[in-house]
Amino acid sequence: MTVPHRDPRLLLLVGAGGTVGTLLRWAASEVVPALGAFPLATLAVNLAGSFVLGFLLEELLRRGAETPALRRWRLGLGTGVCGGLTTWSSFAVELDRLLRGGAVGTALGYSAASLAGGLLAVAAGTVLAARRTR
Amino acid sequence: MTVLLALCGGLGAACRFALDGAVRTRRPSRFPWGILLVNVLGSLLLGFLTGLVAGGADPRWRLVLGVGFCGGFTTFSTAMTDTARLARERAWRLAAGNLVGTLATTVPAAACGYGVAGLL
Repeated sequence: MTVPHRDPRLLLLVGAGGTVGTLLRWAASEVVPALGAFPLATLAVNLAGSFVLGFLLEELLRRGAETPALRRWRLGLGTGVCGGLTTWSSFAVELDRLLRGGAVGTALGYSAASLAGGLLAVAAGTVLAARRTR
Repeated sequence: MTVLLALCGGLGAACRFALDGAVRTRRPSRFPWGILLVNVLGSLLLGFLTGLVAGGADPRWRLVLGVGFCGGFTTFSTAMTDTARLARERAWRLAAGNLVGTLATTVPAAACGYGVAGLL
């Protein structure tokens, strides 16, 4: 039996989802207005992606044991689209840039908004999926 | 350029899936070591690319390899759902360790990549 991460079709599915997610993240960076030195676009995609992934994982979990079809949804939409939409590397580099520029307060606010907001977004997505399937 | 950027993002996501899967197979754990590794490596690379552009390199490199590949490779949403999962399992230390640990390793990784690019 092939393990999922070595199955070429699943790798392609994750790649296709990641392409869509990356395109959406790039589009968001073009339309989300700048807020001074605060990286609003990254925060927006990270919170949106966390919400969708929280919703998706709970929704799939409530459908019982994972079938090949449910796994394709999790990998394509979750690992692919949500993973490609959200980014940790931009978050880390932006924090480094803020700290380098001496904007410690903005860096603290940005990390708090991202981490607390990300967990809240996951929780909101989870609760919504739980209510929907109750 | 946008198409290339998006395709690189897809490649990054596939690489994340493959690397995380390889780590999971070799080191089964409740703690998401694979995703942590991905986020550290991606932050290091994006820091390096950012440093190269700050030093005068063509910004298109950073756009395609940075916004594309590193963005698709690293993930924020999985780090959050992993943390939430650990918290739901009442594995508080692992949850806090994942959140604080990822922040405490990726930001220095980004700074390190930026610094190394400055030396070139």
